[in-house]
Amino acid sequence: MNTELCTRIEGAARNMRRNMLEMTLHAGPNGAHIGGSLSSADIVAALYCGILDREGRGDHFVLSKGHCAMVQYAALCEIGAISKEELMTFEDNGGMFPAHQVMNDAIGIELSSGSLGLGLGFGIGLALADKKKGTKARTFVLLGNGECNEGSVWEAVMQAPKLKLDNLTAIVDSNHLQLDGGPEQIVPQANIAESFRSFGWEAVEINGHDIGAIYEALSERKEDGRPRMVVADTVKGKGVSFMENQVKYHHAGLTQAQYEQAVEELSHD
Amino acid sequence: MINISNENVALWSRISSRKTFGLVLDELAYEYPDLMVLVADVADSAGLGEFGEHHPEQFLNVGIAEQNMIAIAAGLAKSGYKVFAVSFAPFASMRCFEVLRTYLGYMNLDVTVVGIASGVSMGTAGNTHYGLEDLALPRTIPNMTVVSPADCTETVKAVEALLEHKGPAYLRLTGVNGNQPVYKEDYDFRLGRAAKVREGTDVAIVATGTMVYESLRATRKLQKEGISCTIWDMSTVKPLDEKALEEAFDSHKLVVTAEEHSVIGGLGAAVAEYKAWHNQKTRLEIIGLPDSFGKAGAYAWMLDQQGLSARHLADRIAEAYQNLG
Repeated sequence: MNTELCTRIEGAARNMRRNMLEMTLHAGPNGAHIGGSLSSADIVAALYCGILDREGRGDHFVLSKGHCAMVQYAALCEIGAISKEELMTFEDNGGMFPAHQVMNDAIGIELSSGSLGLGLGFGIGLALADKKKGTKARTFVLLGNGECNEGSVWEAVMQAPKLKLDNLTAIVDSNHLQLDGGPEQIVPQANIAESFRSFGWEAVEINGHDIGAIYEALSERKEDGRPRMVVADTVKGKGVSFMENQVKYHHAGLTQAQYEQAVEELSHD
Repeated sequence: MINISNENVALWSRISSRKTFGLVLDELAYEYPDLMVLVADVADSAGLGEFGEHHPEQFLNVGIAEQNMIAIAAGLAKSGYKVFAVSFAPFASMRCFEVLRTYLGYMNLDVTVVGIASGVSMGTAGNTHYGLEDLALPRTIPNMTVVSPADCTETVKAVEALLEHKGPAYLRLTGVNGNQPVYKEDYDFRLGRAAKVREGTDVAIVATGTMVYESLRATRKLQKEGISCTIWDMSTVKPLDEKALEEAFDSHKLVVTAEEHSVIGGLGAAVAEYKAWHNQKTRLEIIGLPDSFGKAGAYAWMLDQQGLSARHLADRIAEAYQNLG
C-alpha cells in the first residue's frame, strides 16, 4: 500500500477513536462498548477508507459484533455518510444510533445487529447472492473472539467453503477478552485460525493494529474458491492506557477527566 | 397457478400437507426465478427430494443448522431473493426463534419459514418432534405473518399467496398422509382472511389447521344434538380476521377455538386477546393441546388421547354449550 493511503487510514482510525471517546462521554451513565470498539478501530478504518467499494462493486460490511456499533457509526462519519452532529446523538433517546445498530440502508448500515453469532450466516447469504448474480462484490464480516463461543458461528464456518465463497472475508477482532474475562477462563480459543483452516477456510493471522498488515490481508482476493478468515490479534481498549486489556472497559462510561486524559493520550499516539 | 383438480386434491391428501408443499413449490419455482429454497437436511421429508435436481440454482441444503439457515436466508432476502426456509416445526420455530425475531422480524425481510409436520403429527416420535408452540412464538414477532392451512388444498393456496407476499412469514403445516380435504375445489384464498366453511346459528367454531376438518366432522354429531355450528377456518393466525371474529362473537351464543397446538399462546389466546378488547359478553371456550408433555403414540391415537378428535370435540363443545345455562 502507498504511504498516502496508510496515512489516510491511520488518520481515520485516530479520528474514529477520538470520536468514540466523545460518544462515550456523550452517552453519560448509559456507557458504551468502548473497549471492543477501540480494538476494532484500525480494522474498520482500513475497511471504510481503503478496502470497501460500496458504490462501485457493491461491497458489503456486516458488523456481526453488533455491540461495537459505535465503531461503524464513527467510520460512517469519517467517510461523510453521517455528520459529526448526527454521530453525537449516539445512544440518545429515540435516536438513530443506539448501542446496537439498526438496519438503515440510506446510510449504509446493512443489518440490525446485537445478537451475537449470526452475522457470518448473513454474510454467507449476501456473498452467495453476489455469486449468483455474477457481481464482483465482496462481503466483509467482523466478528469478536467472544462471539466465536456461539455455536451458530461454527454452523456458518462449516457452510461457507462448500459454497466456494472466495468473495467472503471474515475478520475476528481477537482482543483476548470478553464480558466476564479472558478466554482461558471461559472458552479457550488456542489455535482458532487452525480451526477455521480445518474447515476449508484460508486463514491468516495478523497484528490487528498494523495498518499495512490489515490492508494486505483484506485487499488480497484469491479466486480459489476459499473464503478467507483473518484472525486479527488486537488489544482491547487500544490507544488509551487505562483501558487497555481491562475487562471493565468492555462496557463503561467516562468522567470528564478520564475523557480528557484519553484524548490527550491519543494525540501523542 | 396450480390446478385444483379432483385428481390433485386426492393425490395431495394421500401424500400429506408437507409433501404437497414440496411438490407444488417444485412446480411453482419455474415461475419464480428469484425464489431460493433452503432446507436443514429435510428435503425429502418436505417433499423437496427432487427440488435440488430440478432447480440446482435455487436450492441450498444447509445441513442440520437451523439458526444458520435463517441467517443465510436473511442475507439472500436482503439481496433481493424470495426465500423459503424449511425444517421440522419445533426446529424451524423454536431452535432459531431469536433469529426469526432479529433477522426476519426486526429487519422485515422477505423470508417464509416453513414448519413441517407440526402439531402432534410426528406421533410416535414423541414430544421433541411435536409443534406445540409454533403459533405462539412467531405470533409475538412484529411484522410476522403466521399461516396455518386447514388441508393440502389450502397449503397449495397459501404457498401461492406467500410467494406473492412481501415480508416475513411462518407457514405451519399440520396433518398426516390420508387427512381428508376440507377444500375439494378451487376457492378464493387470501392471507389474513378466514373462510366460513359451515353456516350455523348457535356456536361459532374458529379452527385452524387440522382442526377445521375435525370440527366439520364434530358438527355432524352436534347437529343431531340440536346444536347448530358455524365454522371458520382461521388460516391466518396473525393478523387475525377481526371481521370474522366480530361476526362470530356478535351472532353466536358461544365461540370455540380449536387448534392442534398448546392452549397457551396460539389461536385460542389470539382470539381471547380479541375478546378482551371487543366482546366481554359471549363466552369463549379454548380447545387445544393441554399444557403438558403427553405420552407419544400414533397420530390418530394422539388426537383422541388429547381430546382433539371429532367425537371429543363434539362432546367438549356440547358440554360448553349446555353449561351456558
